Amino acid sequence: MPKISLKVNGKAVSAEVEGRTLLVELLREKLGLTGTHVGCDTSQCGACVVHVNGDSVKSCTMLALQADGADVTTIEGLAQPDGTLHPMQAMFREHHALQCGFCTPGMVMSAIDIVQKHPEGLSEAEIREELEGNLCRCTGYHNIVKAIAAAFPLMHQKQAA
Amino acid sequence: MYDFAYQKPASVADAVKLLAGDPEAKAVAGGQTFLPVLKQRLNKPSLVVDLAGLGLSGIKQSANALSIGAMTTHATVARSAEVKKAIPGLAQLASWIGDNQVRHRGTIGGSLANNDPSACYPAAVLALGATIKTNKRAIKADDFFQGMFTTALEPDEIITEVEFPLPVEKSAYEKFRQPASRYAMVGVFVAKGPAGVRVAVTGAGQNGVFRVADMEAALAKSFAPDAIAAIKVSPEGLNSDIHGSAAYRAHLITVMAKRAVAAAG
Repeated sequence: MPKISLKVNGKAVSAEVEGRTLLVELLREKLGLTGTHVGCDTSQCGACVVHVNGDSVKSCTMLALQADGADVTTIEGLAQPDGTLHPMQAMFREHHALQCGFCTPGMVMSAIDIVQKHPEGLSEAEIREELEGNLCRCTGYHNIVKAIAAAFPLMHQKQAA
Repeated sequence: MYDFAYQKPASVADAVKLLAGDPEAKAVAGGQTFLPVLKQRLNKPSLVVDLAGLGLSGIKQSANALSIGAMTTHATVARSAEVKKAIPGLAQLASWIGDNQVRHRGTIGGSLANNDPSACYPAAVLALGATIKTNKRAIKADDFFQGMFTTALEPDEIITEVEFPLPVEKSAYEKFRQPASRYAMVGVFVAKGPAGVRVAVTGAGQNGVFRVADMEAALAKSFAPDAIAAIKVSPEGLNSDIHGSAAYRAHLITVMAKRAVAAAG
């Protein structure tokens, strides 16, 4: 089996994978990072969203081999080592932006990418539009949108500082 | 998904050699259609040749053309200041494909090579009279699309870049989305540029993207929504499914074309 090396949450890792091994399977089954979820497995729902080289992607629709040499961030890589939450995680908690929590890791990863890619600002309508690739079956969108809007100034303040 | 061997060549020549050497080999660009196809076991390649290492990504502008590398992602095209300025309709179209995550992986070359009858890019490429450049030749858009999931590409032929002639005076895309999948039930790209006035329709035709000659003639005389308001497209050869009949799609073509003309200004 081919061997790949990549960076996951800042740590160098390597693993042997099959041609057909998906990135999400590598993360969950080989690396034990089960925070990234598999919802639909058809690139609709977004529960599997991670960052690859700074872009949000659906890890169920990318081969592990395609991530060879990449820099991957998952939900486990967001909080500080002392447990301090990423501002987006903190705002999801603050605004009760989750009910069952299944979609939450993907929502948070997508939300961070959305805020990072729009330093110019985001209206509520734009946040909703940008969340197209993430589904929440508990209809929690309202609070998710609120949490993202609340995280925006915190994230950009932090980047400016 | 069935298992397969995987190679990521570093040059177009090596990629072509791998594809030519194995009739069961398949190329993967962004994989946003290809991987779902593999998961459904609709295809069983022996070898997957990843085109990501060929250096085919990037946007270049010259005096009379905008060239987009085959591996350029939809997100890159959508955000490109050059594309937005030179061909705003093209940037708009790219920004509406799939979702953010799909746009971060999906590529223009992959979309064109696949030629899904509901894909957006074929409408832009045909309406703008673009040229598809490969490792072998340059193919005009009019000759490239040859029916559903069928193109002029040979098995060992790889798209390297897509060249859009400039200056483009007007361009706009309007898409009526299937409400659940968000694919184009009808997408219409209108353009006025070096290739003349063109109207290309995706999503509606059984054989993929097509042009509407009557609308092109009318818009060449007067580029205004009213000029095409009375033009009816025949439902013959259009898709008919639970989402909409062929007659419904035929009606939508005129509606979306009018909106696109209005948006192009």
